[in-house]
Amino acid sequence: MKRIYFNEKYCMACRLCEIACLVAHSKSKKIIKAYKEEYPFLKPRLIIEEKGHVSFAIQCRHCKDAPCVTACVSGAMHRHKSGEIIHNEKKCVGCWMCVMVCPFGVIIRDLKGKKVVAKCDLCSDLGQPACVDACPNAALVYGEDKDNEK
Amino acid sequence: MKRMLYSPDYLVTRDPEKCIQCEVCVRQCAFNAHTYDAEKHRVDTDCSKCVGCFRCVYMCPTGALSVSEFSGRMANSANWTDKQLKELYKQAETGGVLLTGMGTDKKYKIIWDHILLDAAQVTNPSIDPLREPMELRTYLGGKPLSIEVKENKRKVSLPGADISGRFSITTELPQQLELKTPILFSAMSYGAISFNASKALASAAEECGIYYNTGEGGLHKDLYRYSKNTIVQVASGRFGVDTEYLNSCAAVEIKIGQGAKPGIGGHLPGEKVTDEISMARMIPKGTDALSPAPHHDIYSIEDLSQLIYAIKEATEYKKPVSVKIAAVHNVAAIASGIVRAGADIVAIDGIRGGTGAAPTRTRDNVGIPIELAISAVDTRMREEGIRNRASIIAAGGFRNSADVVKAIALGADAVYIGTAALISMGCHLCQKCYTGKCNWGIATQDPYLVKRLNSEIACRRLVNLILAWSLEIKEIMGGMGINSIESLRGNRLRLRGFDLHENELKILGIKPAGESL
Repeated sequence: MKRIYFNEKYCMACRLCEIACLVAHSKSKKIIKAYKEEYPFLKPRLIIEEKGHVSFAIQCRHCKDAPCVTACVSGAMHRHKSGEIIHNEKKCVGCWMCVMVCPFGVIIRDLKGKKVVAKCDLCSDLGQPACVDACPNAALVYGEDKDNEK
Repeated sequence: MKRMLYSPDYLVTRDPEKCIQCEVCVRQCAFNAHTYDAEKHRVDTDCSKCVGCFRCVYMCPTGALSVSEFSGRMANSANWTDKQLKELYKQAETGGVLLTGMGTDKKYKIIWDHILLDAAQVTNPSIDPLREPMELRTYLGGKPLSIEVKENKRKVSLPGADISGRFSITTELPQQLELKTPILFSAMSYGAISFNASKALASAAEECGIYYNTGEGGLHKDLYRYSKNTIVQVASGRFGVDTEYLNSCAAVEIKIGQGAKPGIGGHLPGEKVTDEISMARMIPKGTDALSPAPHHDIYSIEDLSQLIYAIKEATEYKKPVSVKIAAVHNVAAIASGIVRAGADIVAIDGIRGGTGAAPTRTRDNVGIPIELAISAVDTRMREEGIRNRASIIAAGGFRNSADVVKAIALGADAVYIGTAALISMGCHLCQKCYTGKCNWGIATQDPYLVKRLNSEIACRRLVNLILAWSLEIKEIMGGMGINSIESLRGNRLRLRGFDLHENELKILGIKPAGESL
């Protein structure tokens, strides 16, 4: 399966990926409308780590051995047959165990309805993840799986 | 708040309907023109800090920003323009020399735009470069005055022998630089530009089969692998020069002068001398890197000759030696001296040449246009019968492939492009290189800013630029009915001057438009 890889050498912490993610997961999919009308209840599904001049954007790694799937009590967090980890909002009970066990801290509490979580879905409806599309410096790359990736 | 006597240079307009307070502009401006007010949840802009680099306009995800020239005129005078007034106010405030970057922005006549190219019609056929081979390959270096041939006793099939194998050329060709297209990247030092920018130039040069120039900043250890496409520079500061450096290149260039600042040395401030730069330049970290105005061991052509031969000895006569000078009033005589001193290549940098930092007055007023310098030098070298002994590289403000074609027709062998290369990487010509705060990640060493230039993206853009220009050169040559760049070189009969003064035509050695052969 294809994954998103980051290259911290070229990440400049502009946060355009965050904006694109937020818009791609908004109701209207329109940037100005999403920000002006839906914003406080929207959360981007990636996080940007910054320390000094080093920064990178990280989103769900879609781990091969995914602790969130094991931890999920309701089966909402499951592996799709193509390999990526998908979250089914309808089944989610909001126990947030997945948030607790995620080793990367990239499963984010969704503030809109208190029980569900928000996590990267690789923008399955767009073809290419919105964050990768938005990155002006190719610091996010969408590419085929590297073999030894966890 | 401190009152300024002058108005800002630029007006930044923010459309409140479109601004989503995402703070991308705030994070992108190294000059702190944009600030976020958390209390009001609003982004404010201080126009007086804007340098007009257009980084925020490019990055804004909603297109809420626009930057325009500040239109309020202070004095309605043709002589005392706003620019003059601002410079006076700034000097009155600081008591300092005005600094600037890039090539001159002063409104000089651009002679390229007054030279017209010829095309073939009826009496000689034009050539379609898509159907027929076109040769852009260029060899830089001294060429022998004559060729000696010996008759072989037996038939041989060695290089240098003719098809029948009966004759061989005995003349030895001096070392040549082979270029796939007559364009090189001009000298930009690691220090003046970021590592990523240097790397992009180096890898693009490798991919295009041309050369980049290290400038006087030494050679970073990671760039040694591009040595086949590197011209290393030896300048008055002698930064980073040792035998390894001199032998890790295709050619060595002695830098005497630079078009943007003839007669002036260089100064890389200590805060830009990071660990990596101190290693490349071989100077202590944090110390100012000062290049003296003259080479302290060169006060005559004979002294220059000593340095040329010292370098040739150090490189075992395997590398051509180039000498770069600024185009000044006496450029033809100086170039002639340089050739006689033993240089294989003379590089001439015209008044519109760029820089990372130069005093504004020098940049805008010293030197002569490259168009006149090329023809003056070429004419002089032909008259003296030494044109074959060295190649001429022209530099200084080449904007497009037509300028390159015209320069070659005037007598240059190849051209250096610097500003055009930087622009292709993203430079927006804000002329603030000397501040070290380049928002495009080019002319900076700030770890937050250098990351903004992805060397792979920049390399691809440079390669595209060289490719596009090469195609255009072929196209223009084809139109003239010329299939080899060699037949264009010094072919001033294919140029005509339009709207040029008689004296300019005389120096350029071209006829006015409308006059036939």
